[in-house]
Amino acid sequence: MSQTNDQTDKTPILSVSDLNLYYGQAHALKGVNIDMARHQVTAFIGPSGCGKSTLLRCFNRMNDLVESARIEGSIRFNGAEVNDSATDVISLRRRIGMVFQQSNPFPKSIYENVVYGLRIAGVNDKTTLDEAVENSLKSAAIWKEVKDRLNESALGLSGGQAQRICIARAIAVNPEIILMDEPCSALDPISTLKIEELIEELKDKYTIVIVTHNMQQAARVSDVTAFFYLGELIEAGGTRKIFTNPEKKQTEDYITGRFG
Amino acid sequence: MWLGSVFVKGYLMKLFWKTGEPYVLATGAALAIILVMSLTLVGVVMSNGLGYFWPRALVKFELKDGSAALGQVTQQEKNPISGIRRFQLKVGNRDVFGQDFRWIDEQDITTRSEPADTVLLERREHGNYFGFLQGVTAEGLNLTAATPYEKLQQARKLVAGKLAATRKIKEQMSDLNNSAESLRLKVQKLEYSGKEKNAAAITELTAVREKAMAEFSGLNEQFTATQADIGRITAQFTDAVGGSKDISLTEIVALQRPNDMSFFAKCGAYLERVRELLLDDPRESNTEGGLFPAIFGTVMMVLMMSLFSLPFGVIAAIYLREYARDGLMTRMVRIAVNNLAGVPSIVYGVFGLGFFVYGIGGSIDSLFFPERLPTPTFGTGGILWSSLTLALLTVPVVIVATEESLASIPKGIREGSLALGATKFQTLTRILLPMATPGIMTGLILSMARAAGEVAPLMIVGVVKLAPTLPFDTNFPFFHMDRKFMHLGFHIYDVGFQSPNVEAAKPMVFVTTMLLLAIVIIASSVAIYLRNRMRGKYTTSTF
Repeated sequence: MSQTNDQTDKTPILSVSDLNLYYGQAHALKGVNIDMARHQVTAFIGPSGCGKSTLLRCFNRMNDLVESARIEGSIRFNGAEVNDSATDVISLRRRIGMVFQQSNPFPKSIYENVVYGLRIAGVNDKTTLDEAVENSLKSAAIWKEVKDRLNESALGLSGGQAQRICIARAIAVNPEIILMDEPCSALDPISTLKIEELIEELKDKYTIVIVTHNMQQAARVSDVTAFFYLGELIEAGGTRKIFTNPEKKQTEDYITGRFG
Repeated sequence: MWLGSVFVKGYLMKLFWKTGEPYVLATGAALAIILVMSLTLVGVVMSNGLGYFWPRALVKFELKDGSAALGQVTQQEKNPISGIRRFQLKVGNRDVFGQDFRWIDEQDITTRSEPADTVLLERREHGNYFGFLQGVTAEGLNLTAATPYEKLQQARKLVAGKLAATRKIKEQMSDLNNSAESLRLKVQKLEYSGKEKNAAAITELTAVREKAMAEFSGLNEQFTATQADIGRITAQFTDAVGGSKDISLTEIVALQRPNDMSFFAKCGAYLERVRELLLDDPRESNTEGGLFPAIFGTVMMVLMMSLFSLPFGVIAAIYLREYARDGLMTRMVRIAVNNLAGVPSIVYGVFGLGFFVYGIGGSIDSLFFPERLPTPTFGTGGILWSSLTLALLTVPVVIVATEESLASIPKGIREGSLALGATKFQTLTRILLPMATPGIMTGLILSMARAAGEVAPLMIVGVVKLAPTLPFDTNFPFFHMDRKFMHLGFHIYDVGFQSPNVEAAKPMVFVTTMLLLAIVIIASSVAIYLRNRMRGKYTTSTF
């Protein structure tokens, strides 16, 4: 949990200004400016290849893994520059968790999956770990389903369960932000519903940024929606406003499905 | 009507090809052929090897010219020139007849019989003896049995007891010899570092050594005397043509009357031979006796090879796949590694000789054992250099297998770990390596099978026909890396093509092959079992 007070509560937790990203010659993000407020759900929508996942992966520097990626501009997390070479990527990633499109449980037991982040941070105290497992599995709304088989392999879980284990794994290290990259795109409607309810609950403790293809989902879960097109941020604002009364024509065309 | 049926047939044919049925059949057939080929391979080796130890009947042929022949029928065929059936008879008694085998035409034979009282002797020298027991000369032994055969058996038991006593003397002698040798090396070292300076120590050690040597020669005299004593106990035999022979009981390894044995007795004799094969030392320039030193050498060499090539290969593959920047250089290295796996193995042998034996071994000798030169210690072939050479030969297999299995781990798993704040190294050791283990094991299995079967490079870097000592024993430091060793693959070559009596050694070739095959199969099975257990643990649903 972030040590929040009224003062910091009003400043944006993440602030992106003039961000440009290139994959080799391809210009993937073009001059993006956006702020994200604390304890809110921000949804990124837009057609495939518009750069919304790329932007998400800039926040925890996952683009470091792509050799050809080159970033210009600034991302400030609690006021500190993320793209600075002096930034400690390890602690940054611990404070900004991530859930991926394809659920990716490790080939370990459910218990070991959840405590993985703590173990690599050097926590080995049994009671601390037990507590963390129970709390994060409860927060991820999967405690009841798995509490009797914590020592079984996480690979035997269904897609929806595995995705919630991945959310629990992200929560266990107590991040400030959780990034979700299309977390429901590989799930059935019932699992999707569960994850959406979960996002609603997690909002109280964490700031959530979610990338989604499903506009209904964005409308249901988010407070703020940002629409991207071809690497540009076309429009960002309150979700209700974006979906009922967008300022830009492109946004309206996209959300009404009239997009070419 | 006729046209209609042609049309239907054509349509059905088209459908037949369209469904892909023929291709499925072709793939099935290919698999079946491969299966049949491997089964045939095992079958040929087993059928030639397994029968070797079965006590075969001794057949006596009375011939038209009045002579007789006694032996085991090893094969029969039609004479390619005259068209007459003929038998190949193993007549044994090499020291009497000069050869082990003899061809006899069927038309020359008057009678064929299997006399119950024929005996088969396995001797320490000159191969088997087939004949008839006449009597036992045993001075000083109180033989109570009635028939000569029973007398002989009783005498053999008593002789075995006496031989056990001499074995103790032999062990004492070997211990003395070992300590005398280590003293000699110590003296040599002291002399090398300064004769005057160490004069006192040298005289002291020399005195101790001379005492040990004196004790040794005392024991040796005792040993020879007892040996000669026992050697005077003999048995008299006659062969098929009437010649008689006096054979010392110490010469006799095994005694059988195969024509008088029940089925179970034959089974017992068979198992005894298998035991001898697995646990005893070879005799008669390797064509008889056991294979224990070769089995031990092969297994130890393969294990040492794995110890070198596994960690080395895995670490190299990790660097290549996880850390090296993917560019021209990495690609070149990868191609080079793949090509390395295809280099003829004899090339590795020559390299091993030049680099390990002469280069590193020679340097070790001149640095640590200069007093023993020009006698080499490490500067000659040995089990250490052999396993290093083979490790070099098999390391590409491990590298390729490790790289493949690292590459097959889904990207999401790595990202999931990194996104939780794990370093690259933590991700590697906690997630990637456990997941890659089954693939690494596959590489290890392949490399072990390859190493166990290699002969050519080993001939240059440390395998010998007959090693006097094992590379592992109870003398400090237990593992003797500088020793030469025996190997099943080389044994096959040596027995089959280098022995003085190739025809008699033929079954031994198949028996040795069978053992080599068994070792490879056992080692692979163990590794496969371990791999499957890990696979169950680490396989993700995304595979």
